[in-house]
Amino acid sequence: MVVVAACLAACFFMPQSIRAHGFAGSRFFPATLVTDDPFVSDELSLPTVSSIVTPEEGGTRETEIAVDIAKRITPNFGVELGESVINLRPPNESSQSGFGNLELAAKYEFFESDEHETILSAGAEVEIGGTGNKRVDADSFSTWAPVLFFGKGFGDLPNAISFLRPFAVTGQVGVVIPTSASSRTVKLDEATGERDIDIERHPDVLAWGFALEYSVIYLQEQVKNIGLHPPFDRLIPLVEFAFETPLNRGEEGLTTGTINPGVIWSGKYFQVGAEAMIPINSRTGNDVGFIAQLHFYLDDLFPHSLGRPLFAGKK
Amino acid sequence: MKRVILGLLLFAVAGSARLEAHAFLKRAEPAVGSTVQTSPGEIRIWFSEKIKSASSTIQVFDASGKEVDKRDIHSDRSNPALLRISLPPLKSGTYRVVWRVVSADRHVTKGSFTFRVTH
Repeated sequence: MVVVAACLAACFFMPQSIRAHGFAGSRFFPATLVTDDPFVSDELSLPTVSSIVTPEEGGTRETEIAVDIAKRITPNFGVELGESVINLRPPNESSQSGFGNLELAAKYEFFESDEHETILSAGAEVEIGGTGNKRVDADSFSTWAPVLFFGKGFGDLPNAISFLRPFAVTGQVGVVIPTSASSRTVKLDEATGERDIDIERHPDVLAWGFALEYSVIYLQEQVKNIGLHPPFDRLIPLVEFAFETPLNRGEEGLTTGTINPGVIWSGKYFQVGAEAMIPINSRTGNDVGFIAQLHFYLDDLFPHSLGRPLFAGKK
Repeated sequence: MKRVILGLLLFAVAGSARLEAHAFLKRAEPAVGSTVQTSPGEIRIWFSEKIKSASSTIQVFDASGKEVDKRDIHSDRSNPALLRISLPPLKSGTYRVVWRVVSADRHVTKGSFTFRVTH
């Protein structure tokens, strides 16, 4: 017990240089809104607000307010916890509100190249079925997903095209695997007294996406000071692409997703971001939605306590 | 929910007077990516945070990769967020400034930029 206490005390008070959120070499990557970034970090997204009309029941507006917190256990390994409140408003019906399923995740950063501004991480995400409310269509079954995350800045491009150096890409690819291949819903037809059995199949889904971003911060710090002043010198315009492609159970290839142009402003302790959500096809929706997020850098807000890895290394 | 968000925002903004964060380059002389007509006597870099100069480095390299600075990095007496390093007279050419700094809360940031001297 004494040894554990001593280790924990050392983690919190040992003076050493520390690296943290979103850096690979001289590249700062912001936290993206739709696709998860590859960094293991101490951060809090509170809230993430999104709204889009889905094709369900002829056009249901789905509005979600989510909170996510990520905590480093070691400098390279962290865990995440996410929860959301969902409001569904079908046409010509009353709206329903409730909690979505609890989401847990773990991520391990296994490669980083400062010189090439490259980072790779692997993780697992779990949505725990039955922890949300059925009235907002929270699944009764769980899903889990092995995920690969990547990030690459283009700071190593040659001098002749130095104005492309502020570009960077981050993204993820994973397979979401349900713990139940199908679910049955039994409805009683009150007029006839007959039972209708509805069987919904749950395919494995390839979840993939990436964000292409151009950092004004990087442009002014590393390439050319073009004279932008606050708040414009902290902007990162970006486009996120987020897709889901079912892999089996009769839904192979029926991809849904959105393309999200937007902008992130990154400050000292937090960032704010907003994006339009443009459906890629009618299976996803027909109207443009939006997503906005307030995101806190806990490692900068609480560098000596909450913002440090529980078990610090030399990184 | 509103109160929590407002509370966190107030904390983040009000706390900025005493907290430290990652040090970003605010501006430099010579400026990032600039061309100067005369050899600068020193490199000056202003950061967004106070810097621990003893743990920080600035190096200046010529086009062949040879270090040309006088290796006398020091912080400014009146401004702990300003780092300086002296230079000998520089010939015409492109020079790369490479910096790595440790802010007061021990976060490390680094970067590099070039400037050109044309006599």
